[in-house]
Amino acid sequence: MIKQLIPATMLTLVLTLICGLAYPLLMTQLADKIFPSQAHGSLIVKNGTIVGSSLIGQNFTKPEYFHPRPSATTVPDPNDATKTVAAPYNAASSAASNAALTAKAQVDAIAAASDALRQENPASADLPIPSELVTASGSGLDPHVSPEGAKYQAARIAEARKAKPDDILALIDGKTEGKLFGLFGAPTVNVLSLNLSLDERWPIK
Amino acid sequence: MTWLGFAEIAAYMAAVTVIAWPLGLYMARVFTHQPTGIDLALGPVERAFYAVCRIDRTKEQHWTEYAVACLVFNVIGLLVMYALMRLQELLPLNHAGQSAVSPDLSINTAISFATNTNWQNYGGESTMSYLTQMMGMTVHNFTSAATGMAVLVALVRGFARKQANTLGNFYVDVTRSVLYVLLPAAILFTLFLVWQGVPQNLDPYTQATTLEGAQQIIAQGPAASQIAIKQLGTNGGGFFNVNSAHPFENPTIFSNLAECMALILIAAGLVLTFGRMIGEDRSGKAQGRALYIAMSLLLVGGILIAWWAETHAGALAQGTMEGKETRFGILDSVIWAAATTASSNGSVNSMHDSFTPLGGMVPLVNMMLGEVVFGGVGSGLHGMIIDVILAVFIAGLMVGRTPEYLGKKIEAKEIKLAVLCLLVFPLPILILGGLSLVLPVGLAGIAAPGPHGLTEVLYAFTSTSANNGSAFGGLSGNTPYYNLTMSLAMLIGRFLVIVPTLAIAGAVVGKKIVPVSAGTFPTQSGQFIGLLIAIILIIGGLTFFPVLALGPIVEHLMSVNGSLF
Repeated sequence: MIKQLIPATMLTLVLTLICGLAYPLLMTQLADKIFPSQAHGSLIVKNGTIVGSSLIGQNFTKPEYFHPRPSATTVPDPNDATKTVAAPYNAASSAASNAALTAKAQVDAIAAASDALRQENPASADLPIPSELVTASGSGLDPHVSPEGAKYQAARIAEARKAKPDDILALIDGKTEGKLFGLFGAPTVNVLSLNLSLDERWPIK
Repeated sequence: MTWLGFAEIAAYMAAVTVIAWPLGLYMARVFTHQPTGIDLALGPVERAFYAVCRIDRTKEQHWTEYAVACLVFNVIGLLVMYALMRLQELLPLNHAGQSAVSPDLSINTAISFATNTNWQNYGGESTMSYLTQMMGMTVHNFTSAATGMAVLVALVRGFARKQANTLGNFYVDVTRSVLYVLLPAAILFTLFLVWQGVPQNLDPYTQATTLEGAQQIIAQGPAASQIAIKQLGTNGGGFFNVNSAHPFENPTIFSNLAECMALILIAAGLVLTFGRMIGEDRSGKAQGRALYIAMSLLLVGGILIAWWAETHAGALAQGTMEGKETRFGILDSVIWAAATTASSNGSVNSMHDSFTPLGGMVPLVNMMLGEVVFGGVGSGLHGMIIDVILAVFIAGLMVGRTPEYLGKKIEAKEIKLAVLCLLVFPLPILILGGLSLVLPVGLAGIAAPGPHGLTEVLYAFTSTSANNGSAFGGLSGNTPYYNLTMSLAMLIGRFLVIVPTLAIAGAVVGKKIVPVSAGTFPTQSGQFIGLLIAIILIIGGLTFFPVLALGPIVEHLMSVNGSLF
């Protein structure tokens, strides 16, 4: 046992230096040189300010913007540090609801979210609601909705922006990313990218 | 369920096999010390390792010595990791000002990473400093995977060698696993991940101002270098709290495909390594292929059941995107869920707790089968070989002959040790799980009402005993009670299996090889694959069916009839 201590300790030490310092630091240097934008979080800068990351979802509540999915992220309660309060799209603390689908509370929450969505989008009230618009994502930071999820909101945005509904639908189609190799994943639209285009083409005065 | 979906599953399995095949043959060269093609570059580094660490690469170890080396090495690593978490406040690279991690959470996390479980009772971006992530998490992702590979290689040598009494050198096997397999693969994979958008920096968290004028703080860090190895090494502990559901941890469909392949790749390759090391005089290739087919069938079966359940959710259908990311949709979420629990990876790209009752039962059952469906890097195949030993024993009972595997007679000692491995695994699940369902401290952590709450506890102890690390995240596990009981489950599930496994290796290595005769039960046939699958399912079923009936099965039956909880 004792004679094993030296090689075991030394190997731990050497591997800690190689795998724990040399490897991540070398990767940080290389990433910075080869893929500088991605390495620093794919940040989007507009007029000199960072408006977000193209990969991280943000909370939008105004009618003239596309809204993201519900988010289960929280922040510590300022009045009681042992509790948390809702803070959608808190990108410093990703979280999911982990709600059980068979819980009455969850079924009620989905029904309430569906009602609220129909009220916000009266012109789309007859369309089926895509599941992702009334459920929280796994990360709480999902940057996407499905093309159907964006189109559900198109009429509301056209009205708020005084744009033609068809132009909004065309924008969504143009921004839709399909399956990988026609096979993997699901079609998506990036909400922040849509909203940046909205501000560019139909600015709110 | 669509044809396109079936095509996707087939493409996934084919892609894994196409890469695992050459990788497996390459690893066989690494572990039998044959030229690998990169010796010129790595040879001097390797020799420097041995010189600095005072390792005599020519000295072979008896199984007991090999086991002691394995335990000592792991305990030292565990202590270093514990110290890093407790002291992170005082150490550099702590941009987000993380405070020292509590003692019980540090114990849980250190054991979790040392045992290749990587259960997360912490949120990476809100608890750990960059230094802890690098020198703690990342290092253990390498060393625990290398430990699994070393133990496997020792067991394979036990069957491959004729009348020998040593199994190789643990330190040499670990060093070669890291230098020749894990590190080169991780470097390539890191660059791929950064290309896809995974951050790799030491920047402070970014402050953004949204188009609506709100502030958003965006966590950053050296994520890609850790995520690469956490997928390849079947570790699964995320850089961020929500693991590979986080758009920084798994930004695109392409990154998802690659991560989902990586989490099974080395374990799959090792099955072919095993065949190659056994050698053609005992039809090693066919032996390895038989195990590969058995594992693939079990994996695809799990994917299909989960996919069916998630797409036939009935009244619950409107909620099925809960805990899933839009870019992955339902199918890519269930492929990952099945693959990450079949292998002992345990990273997640969706929240298993929010699956339908039967959809969530698939990852649970995958773990209950003992993580032998590809399983952990190394640990999966050595677990599978234990099941094979049991299968040839049962086949031997049926025909009344002494069982053999790969020409080695399987006698009472090996059977006893194999049964010990199989009995140890359910103990923490059923005992600690049962205890948690009656003790107030256990019940306090449960979030979901009704049978789903029972499943949350069951899942936690199955995941920790199986060294998987995925979770039904509704359970509040970061309490002293759960931190410590789960630590115990992880230690039992890892080391009380490794030691008897090495003992089996030590017992069979000294045996001579019996030539194949008319009475030999062929272990590469379709019949044997069927027998092996049946035995795996029956052992898992007998052990866990009663508690599954109380959890996901009753939840499914009641929810079909419209009952909510």
